[in-house]
Amino acid sequence: MHKVYTRVERIAGNVVTVRASDVSYRELAQIETRYGTSLAQVIRIEGGRVDLQVFAGGRGISTDAKVRFLRHTMQVPFSEALLGRVFNGSGAPRDRGPSIHENLIPIGGPSVNPARRIIPRRMVRTGIPMIDVFNTLVESQKLPIFSVAGEPYNPLLARIALQAEVDVILLGGMGLKHDDYLFFRDTLEAQGALSRSVMFIHTAADPTVECLLVPDITLAVAEQFALQGKRVLVLLTDMTNFADALKEIAITMEQIPSNRGYPGDLYSQLAARYEKAVDFDTAGSITILAVTTMPGDDVTHPVPDNTGYITEGQFYLRNGRIEPFGSLSRLKQLVNNRTREDHRTIMNTMVQLYAAYRETLEKQSMGFRMSAWDHKLLKYGGRFEHEMMDLSVNIPLEKALDLGWEILADCFDPEETGIPTKLITKFWPKTHAAVASHATPRPVEAAAS
Amino acid sequence: MSENIGKIVGVNGNLITVEFEKPVIQNEVAYAVTGELRLKSEVIRIRGRYAELQVFEDTTGLKEGDQVIFTGELLAAELGPGLLTQVFDGLQNPLPLLAEKSGFFLQRGVYLDSLPRERAWTFTPRAKKGDRRTAGETLGTVPEGIFEHRIMVPFGWRGVWTVEDIVPTGDYKVTDVIAKLKHEEGEIREARLMQRWPVKIPIRAYAERLAPTEPLTTKIRIIDTFFPVARGGTYCIPGPFGAGKTVLQQLTSRYADVDIVIVAACGERAGEVVETLREFPELTDPRTGKSLMERTLIICNTSSMPVAAREASVYTAVTIAEYYRQMGLNVLLLADSTSRWAQALREMSGRLEEIPGEEAFPAYLESVIAAFYERGGVVKLKDGSTGSVTIGGTVSPAGGNFEEPVTQSTLKVVGAFHGLSRERSDQRRYPAIHPLDSWSKYRGVVNAEQVADAKRILRLGNDVAQMMKVVGEEGTSIEDFVVYLKAEFLDDVYLQQDAFHEVDAATPAERQQYVFERIHTVLKTPMKFEDKDGARRFFQRLTQTARDWNRAAWGSDEFKSLEERIENMRTEVADYA
Ligand SMILES: Nc1ncnc2c1ncn2[C@@H]1O[C@H](COP(=O)(O)OP(=O)(O)OP(=O)(O)O)[C@@H](O)[C@H]1O
Ligand SMILES: [Mg+2]
Repeated sequence: MHKVYTRVERIAGNVVTVRASDVSYRELAQIETRYGTSLAQVIRIEGGRVDLQVFAGGRGISTDAKVRFLRHTMQVPFSEALLGRVFNGSGAPRDRGPSIHENLIPIGGPSVNPARRIIPRRMVRTGIPMIDVFNTLVESQKLPIFSVAGEPYNPLLARIALQAEVDVILLGGMGLKHDDYLFFRDTLEAQGALSRSVMFIHTAADPTVECLLVPDITLAVAEQFALQGKRVLVLLTDMTNFADALKEIAITMEQIPSNRGYPGDLYSQLAARYEKAVDFDTAGSITILAVTTMPGDDVTHPVPDNTGYITEGQFYLRNGRIEPFGSLSRLKQLVNNRTREDHRTIMNTMVQLYAAYRETLEKQSMGFRMSAWDHKLLKYGGRFEHEMMDLSVNIPLEKALDLGWEILADCFDPEETGIPTKLITKFWPKTHAAVASHATPRPVEAAAS
Repeated sequence: MSENIGKIVGVNGNLITVEFEKPVIQNEVAYAVTGELRLKSEVIRIRGRYAELQVFEDTTGLKEGDQVIFTGELLAAELGPGLLTQVFDGLQNPLPLLAEKSGFFLQRGVYLDSLPRERAWTFTPRAKKGDRRTAGETLGTVPEGIFEHRIMVPFGWRGVWTVEDIVPTGDYKVTDVIAKLKHEEGEIREARLMQRWPVKIPIRAYAERLAPTEPLTTKIRIIDTFFPVARGGTYCIPGPFGAGKTVLQQLTSRYADVDIVIVAACGERAGEVVETLREFPELTDPRTGKSLMERTLIICNTSSMPVAAREASVYTAVTIAEYYRQMGLNVLLLADSTSRWAQALREMSGRLEEIPGEEAFPAYLESVIAAFYERGGVVKLKDGSTGSVTIGGTVSPAGGNFEEPVTQSTLKVVGAFHGLSRERSDQRRYPAIHPLDSWSKYRGVVNAEQVADAKRILRLGNDVAQMMKVVGEEGTSIEDFVVYLKAEFLDDVYLQQDAFHEVDAATPAERQQYVFERIHTVLKTPMKFEDKDGARRFFQRLTQTARDWNRAAWGSDEFKSLEERIENMRTEVADYA
């Protein structure tokens, strides 16, 4: 039977130390607290002493608390019955449904063999030009939304989730406000998507340690669905809360911090989760969309910084818009060569010109005279912001590309755009032909073909 | 000798503390036993009766009292025919075979032979009975893909050896004995097709080290023309996330003018390795007409794979690079990212509770980095031929700030610095190598004086741009404004290069010399314009034409006519006064 220990030697924060033998690393234990029984996990073994991280926190634990080791690591049930349900960070029901015990699977499992991954090839359409045209989302991508608190990142997450064609939606909430949890639940329900969703929710009111478990539980379930051939979308909000929970434990364990109090393994910890995004060669896929709030709107803060080094790009949400600068989809080139031949050119040209517009704005604010070129840029920047960047715009990729040409032709002569002459010939709107005739004579295309 | 077994007394992440009785060796390999599994580990510190080991696997399930078997061997790589085209993890396990054995996921405690044991290679002796040989000298050769793979006297054999016996031409497996050699002092040893070498020790079985002088062309213009790399040289690419380090390395791994490319994906994304390993077999190497994979070898320990094996992965990679160098080949090692390896050192140092240096990196970080880059170089082999290992490492500085310890330690030892800038990547000016901050100590493929001219114009152009921010365009003279436009032109049509365009992605040295000469002429031409708007319009047209020129096939009719057009445009505005 399970042996029970009652010698608690140390209680600090959420970590308790007991004298115990025959305990294995990462094993689970049950510990009795004044408020009931909590799960705890072994996080260090040292000369007969065992450190346990208590899921419900250290509060209310007495020095003679009973600790019972369970002989297994953290597990989560997996079955179709999860769909439509809501759980907390330790996997207990949060809705009024029954608890599920069948088919337990370990969490935080090994990583996928790179030899069994394939190059992702499927675009995820969102109807948002700043994503579809400029930073195309790709199935199996891992991508966070970088944002300051107060931006509409959760509505954006929900909107992408509902518009994407996926089989299963998993929501992992960390330090979520209760209102936000209700928003997700109600939105999914209203759109009829709840029955293909599972939620693992840790709210700001719940114990910190449970926050740490949310990504692992969510991704373990995602992995099982993906192995069944399902296309899974995982939403993780907010990963900064997860990182802060890591920091809290590290400090309790007296680890030497590397940067602003965060532990030196922050990169590896985040990567272990984000790298669960995958396209299997003979099964389904996992796409991860996360939220990383940036303390003080500072991308060099350790959490967004480490995240950026791990994920395959990021959407930079600011003033309710996805910024063209700082936003990036690293997988876009895997799909945007097969959408439409002008896709890449529109993407590059419009952003380069928008960068020039920003410079002009700066000059204008300094009170400098605006040249003819500056006036063109000002007109362009205005249209770009209104008709492309605004998050209320909801049009398919092809329409957005057409709109791009329309805006360019309305504001510039063809050669001012730097677009290859071949594409100008094919795509420059004919209504602007008069302007276009200023262009240099057509190059020797005949010779090339 | 009976087994040397210790027992676990502590587990802290991937660090275990082991109590031992018989002697143990610093950096020896040991296996922690849990149930059926044996987890590979390395001794990293010894204190009294206790040894501390880093485990190259997830330590879940390890207990106090579990056995640890010490092997007495240092962490070593298998060297022999059959390395090329393979994809290994950081401990040199072939990943495709691991997948056959364990399926989708990497199961811990599974270790496979690096070199195929069953495959036979046609060995041709290049030595005969009575010949005298020393470590690193050739005993025979086997064809390995496009190369003549030399089978050498094992690098660790000291002194002079006489061939006692050598097998005739025929098919042999890597473990077959192909020669017996006798030492001056009488000892007889057997040489096989394969040998093992401890990865943390440089291979020194050569005649002498030479200075790196030959340019290594990458076909990336800003590198080859402005910040060149030399064969046997070292360089680093620091840059904030998303600035283009990996894309640069992927381009280099495709186009670099070397015999062999070793890609060490160290603690970065698995997806990036997948691109290489899925695409290279389909791509043709223009130098050989064979698949690019034939000259490539991938070592990958991606970010979610065990952290301790990151360090092993870069050493395994550089050891294999040195091995092929011993065959008189030019090898390029691309490590992405060295910061992840430094972070692995930091994690371990933290667990060992060593006194931390800056940003909690260990105090020995700098010497470890220096020793690693020192393994690059050109060597003259004992038979007079030369071979080289070129090392290019990316650095991922926290917050994109180059003042941090890993970037700074690296800059002290490398021969070229390709600093990527967030500003340039935001503006989509790829490759985002900063043209004013970067430097190289090596010789390039293009006329050095012309390059110096071009750099001067870039600097002047930048000065004008800064000044215009203060005094506006109206406060700038037209002469200065034209300098600014020339610098922008050079940037747009030469420094920037479209990585995804089939022609523009790779510019061979010959084309660089040719095109740069023309661009230089444009830069040096005094020009006269009515006004600034006229000047701007001219340069916009010129830029577009020159970009079309970059996209035209070398020597095609289109190439020639665009060149002519550029020349006409130039003479139109030339001010011969
Ligand atoms: N030369 C280039 N041409 C076109 N696009 C590029 C180029 N270099 C980078 N990019 C774009 O930038 C993205 C990020 O580049 P890359 O993955 O090389 O960054 P990185 O510096 O390696 O970042 P990290 O440190 O996070 O790994 C690419 O996916 C691509 O979209
Ligand atoms: Mg990279």
